Amino acid sequence: MADAPKLVSLTVDGKKLTAPSGTLLIEACKSVGIEVPSFCYYPNLSLQGACRMCLVKVEKMPKLQTACTTTVAEGMIVTTDSDEIKQARKSMLEMLLGNHPLDCPVCDAGGECELQDMTFSYGAAESKFMEAKNHKEEQQWSPVVFFDRPRCILCYRCVRVCGEGMDVWALGVQNRGVSSLIAPNNGDHLECEECGMCIDICPVGALTSGAYRYKTRPWEMKHVGTVCTHCGDGCKTTLGVRRSDTGMEIVRGDNRDKSGTNGDFLCIKGRYAFDFANHEERLTQPLIRKNGTLTPATWEEALTLVGTTFADIRDTEGGSAIGVVGSTRTTNEEAYLLSKFARTVLQTNNVDHHRTADFPALATALRGKPDATASMADVFTASAILLIGNDPTEQHPLLAWQIRNNVRLHRAKLYVVNSTPIKLKRQAASFLQIPAGAEGKVAAFLAGDDSAVDANEQLRSLRDALKAEQNLVIIFGSEIRGKDLTSLIALGSSIPGAKFVCLADYANSRGAADMGLYPDLLAGYHAVAGNSAFHQEWGNIPATAGLDFPGMVDAAKSGKLKGLYVVGSNPVGRLDVDPFAFSKTFVVVQDMFLTETAALADVVLPAANAYEKSGTMTNTCGDVQLVKKAGEISGTKSDFEMIVRIADAMGADIHKLVSFGGGTRADMGQSRGAQSGEADRHAVWLEMQGLEPKLSPLDPTAILDEIQRLVPGYGVSRANLLAGNVEHTSLSESGPGAAHKAESIAPANDSLFTSGTLGRYSRALRSVMESHEVKHSEVAAD
Amino acid sequence: MKFSDEFEARFAEMVPHYPTKRSALVPTLLYAQDEVGFLSDEVIAEIAGRLELTELEVRNVISYYSMLTTKPRGKFNVQVCTNISCMVRGGEEILHHCAKKLGIGHKQTTADGMFTLEEVECIGACSWAPAAQVNYDFHENLTAEKMDRVLDEYRKKGTQ
Amino acid sequence: MADLVSHPDEVKVVSRRFGLGATDIDRYVALDGYKAVQKALGMEPDAIINEVKNSGLRGRGGAGFSTGMKWSFVPKQSAKPKYVLCNGDESEPGTCKDRLIFEHDPHSVIEGVMIAALAVGAKSGYIYIRGEYRYLSIIMQKAIKDAYAKGFVGKNIFSSGRDLDIYWHGGAGAYEVGEESALMESLEGKRGVPRIRPPFPAVVGLWGGPTVINNAETLANVPHIILGGADWYAKLGTPKNGGTRLFCLSGNIAKPGVYELPMGYNLKKMLFDVGGGIPNGRELKAVVPGGSSCPVLKADEIDVAMDFDSVAKAGSMLGSGGVVVIDDQQCIVKFALRTMKFYQHESCGWCIPCREGTDWLKKTLIRFHSGGGMKKDIDNMQYLAENMLGRTFCPLGDAAAMPTIGFVKKFRQEFEDHLDGKPCPYEKAGAEELAFAH
Repeated sequence: MADAPKLVSLTVDGKKLTAPSGTLLIEACKSVGIEVPSFCYYPNLSLQGACRMCLVKVEKMPKLQTACTTTVAEGMIVTTDSDEIKQARKSMLEMLLGNHPLDCPVCDAGGECELQDMTFSYGAAESKFMEAKNHKEEQQWSPVVFFDRPRCILCYRCVRVCGEGMDVWALGVQNRGVSSLIAPNNGDHLECEECGMCIDICPVGALTSGAYRYKTRPWEMKHVGTVCTHCGDGCKTTLGVRRSDTGMEIVRGDNRDKSGTNGDFLCIKGRYAFDFANHEERLTQPLIRKNGTLTPATWEEALTLVGTTFADIRDTEGGSAIGVVGSTRTTNEEAYLLSKFARTVLQTNNVDHHRTADFPALATALRGKPDATASMADVFTASAILLIGNDPTEQHPLLAWQIRNNVRLHRAKLYVVNSTPIKLKRQAASFLQIPAGAEGKVAAFLAGDDSAVDANEQLRSLRDALKAEQNLVIIFGSEIRGKDLTSLIALGSSIPGAKFVCLADYANSRGAADMGLYPDLLAGYHAVAGNSAFHQEWGNIPATAGLDFPGMVDAAKSGKLKGLYVVGSNPVGRLDVDPFAFSKTFVVVQDMFLTETAALADVVLPAANAYEKSGTMTNTCGDVQLVKKAGEISGTKSDFEMIVRIADAMGADIHKLVSFGGGTRADMGQSRGAQSGEADRHAVWLEMQGLEPKLSPLDPTAILDEIQRLVPGYGVSRANLLAGNVEHTSLSESGPGAAHKAESIAPANDSLFTSGTLGRYSRALRSVMESHEVKHSEVAAD
Repeated sequence: MKFSDEFEARFAEMVPHYPTKRSALVPTLLYAQDEVGFLSDEVIAEIAGRLELTELEVRNVISYYSMLTTKPRGKFNVQVCTNISCMVRGGEEILHHCAKKLGIGHKQTTADGMFTLEEVECIGACSWAPAAQVNYDFHENLTAEKMDRVLDEYRKKGTQ
Repeated sequence: MADLVSHPDEVKVVSRRFGLGATDIDRYVALDGYKAVQKALGMEPDAIINEVKNSGLRGRGGAGFSTGMKWSFVPKQSAKPKYVLCNGDESEPGTCKDRLIFEHDPHSVIEGVMIAALAVGAKSGYIYIRGEYRYLSIIMQKAIKDAYAKGFVGKNIFSSGRDLDIYWHGGAGAYEVGEESALMESLEGKRGVPRIRPPFPAVVGLWGGPTVINNAETLANVPHIILGGADWYAKLGTPKNGGTRLFCLSGNIAKPGVYELPMGYNLKKMLFDVGGGIPNGRELKAVVPGGSSCPVLKADEIDVAMDFDSVAKAGSMLGSGGVVVIDDQQCIVKFALRTMKFYQHESCGWCIPCREGTDWLKKTLIRFHSGGGMKKDIDNMQYLAENMLGRTFCPLGDAAAMPTIGFVKKFRQEFEDHLDGKPCPYEKAGAEELAFAH
């Protein structure tokens, strides 16, 4: 470990302060609340000294110095506020505004523009310039990126975040002097990962988003920071919402407050792919199959039909005649509730979800090992990382960002073992290419089993290097399952401070697993056959393991599965299921769209998505975060509400299902339609009284209490969670887990531009995919 | 992409002079331009490949240097200096004279592809002003008559 | 092939082999060539540095920093290789001296680079020559080849057991690359955008290694200092301004040319004795004493010794040795405009004040010169230039601001004479547009 840097003392504007040597003056000033303005300085990106806004007076230096390039020194005396400095800053703005359009009212960044704010602060209000401004036509660089050169102030943030941060290097600077401009890598267009970070980081309206530009004014939106619903990394995305005739419309996604575990990062999906919510094929009315055709129905009609049918099957055939498929995109509360509903109301253990990682095996292996899982933040600070399998650049963009920038900023050592030369190879200190499917054997060899593979020199030296590491974070993809996972954990236990990240593919894949959407496991990886806290609290749980999804399909084919309840999942579309398998089964599907699965259903209930509800989600690392409601489409309901109301329609005791306060069934109001208003008014009243609104059984906070109380590892700080921070969970207190068949895992194989069924309904993702396909076919045709 | 043997020999000799490949970029671009006439997409792709750079990086560099061009030029690039030392001795008149004689303006090329005219910054001929360069050859202490002779000679050379 | 001139007052040090065929290596050796480097091989590095320090040699590129001092900043120990870089990107308007050195005495530059390399412990030297000087790079490449063939450079130079490589490198048109950190960027195959300093090149330079960067004329002086001794060299000039200097007389002067005169030579004498005065029966209006970046001197301010300190005291700079003479038929506004057009064209665009300031000044001057000026423009121009000064990323912004301030302050009347829609009153042909206002 390097020695801690020496502290130096300096004086800024008369304030005495200390900072570690090497600290940039601009950061030292910030630490004591003195803001030095800048355009080009951006933390963690290379220094530019270009905008000259941060000029300050350093005693004994003849000229003003840039605070962004000066490091603190012992005894340094600095002035950041004087007439000379004010004049310097003012004149910089005057010069910038000389060629900058002054049409702020029609600029897309108007109202959230750093140049505007700075001009306001330094009062460069008088226009001395009377020459014609240099003009250049606006360009569209990709379906989602537009560039307006006259607005660009050449701070080079976009160039750096794209190159240094993303390792894409799609933007450059061309020409020189006043003709300088930011240029895309393919002449007139970009070929890149379309992350849009160049747009987020642009201080002015030069780079704008094709998905948002000119739709609204920034001040007309409400900004809601919530968790992205796409991959399993758990980025926070800030959704800009605006009232619309159907509720609240999401008009923008960006990384506005940078308060999430993703810091500066956001990928194409988190930024633009909220638009599925506004897709015209969105279901907004329950559908009931009548005479073979799905026909619109009222909520009352649909819920009653589902409730009575499920109750009837349970009571006549037994709960085991009903199957339940949960979601990897619903909240923890919904997944937990669904599992509890299945076991206690439907009386079935036939519960499953689309599995993309072997978390039960991970839980088994890490049982009793505290601090054995790495958070997403740890990936950015670990001194060494071993990555086996997966291609994080495509499948886990935030994780890739964390790895890349850890290597760049902290010189972390990255070891990559993969069957293909993935992009992160560029950051790797060591890259080992192995045959596809050999990941497990290599893991066993690394763990010390010399007989696992015919080892070569490279493999041996990798093992030696890993053994010499400390605080290694071991990240593995779904290539590692079952006993292979066990050997990898064995490797970790020989390295002091080693931690693990098991990669799963969807936004709440980890939560679905942690909350117990398994036929043999309850929440916290407790066996259904065991005697856990759940058995004590929930009461009557069927004692034997239920059917997994393939088992349910078989049971349906043989006519034994009479009912199937699919919540936010599309197994028919995603898991290669014979569409006629369920022809004799009463199928209920809760979804946003008429997916392949919903199209076969007897009842389809229009669901709200994760951007339209509240709750929590857990990312692939085990970081749990708050999900906040942003958008709203009238006619839809959260899965949480639908589960509760189906239970209610089945005559279940709702108080036992959701331990809400003294409320009654009257609280279960509808948010839309003839009976609308009750719940909303109730929530408003609760908020006014400063009470948590969990007095309603429809509020997920009610069940979060139970989750935090009963699910091992989830007893994290509620205050932190509600504040929007990340809380890392632990698997050390988990139940025994289970050994599942390797085939039970079906990787999503999403790319940067796809996102399971959801991605098909995102116009932004589709347009980017199409533009990339066109380019590739053009190349192919050459 | 085929360059002359001379280019290849020079390139092969130059690259090992530096600890990084890309260091050879600027002179390589200029020599490539001398052969091809301008830096075509093909040339850019070729040099980017050889020096392990992206084409974007190569274009960023090209667009910085005033002698490098991605647009075709005439056979002879007439570069008239009008900077201060030349200006006070009639450099602008020489430029206007060329423009009139050739019928083209700044960075334009004659229809026959023979001449491109360019107003340039100081070419280091201040004590022998006014001056011009045609391709790499200096022509100094110019007068309108002398410039005519110079242009005529190049035209003759170009039509041979 | 530039014409040579001569004058009895000249003291020929750097130019002593001009016109003597010294591009030929044997001829160069016969004229005492490569003796200094052999002498240096027998000296301790510190002794070489001290000799150069004591000679009072100051950078001939324009900044006038002590050469010996610059060399002494290079750390003795370095994990990365050290380099010497010769700046032959001569581009300052009014300056054409390095061109003559490369043309007539290329080996003196090679020898200077070698001595610098021995002094700082570098094993490679690069000679950067601007792209426009193609014929000079051909001369230089041959000179280097010949020196390798003789065993003067390369492995085991002069059988000393030491290795020292010398390479040529060519530019492609960029004034800014003359700034030393931009020069390194250019040599590394990048855009010529200066680097953040500190670290200075002597500590972190080419490819991260400690690097000495000197102007070609500076380095060409070094062999003479080593052979002739620091005292001899220092005494040629004035205190703290050792030696001689190549002055490039250009503009409205009877005998333009490059003259080697002692440091501290009187400017008035230089113009009227050496340069033969103002031709065509005209009067002197002003002089730019050291290349276009230097504030103008009025006709009554030229009784000044041409050394770094005296010219600075007179309110200008000795700069690069480019003495541009302006007669009474020239329009100062137009001269200021042409100067600004140059800086606007050459600004790398990296920082706001230089990029935007030069463009704004150029546009204003174009309008102003063609009769569209307003009184407030004059103050505005001064305001702009003063707000660029000292605040840009590199000295190019200062180089644009300083002359502008000088022109406005010293020739305010000429600016005012352009007001009220009047065509330029100082030009025979009236207000002719700048050649091509692109």
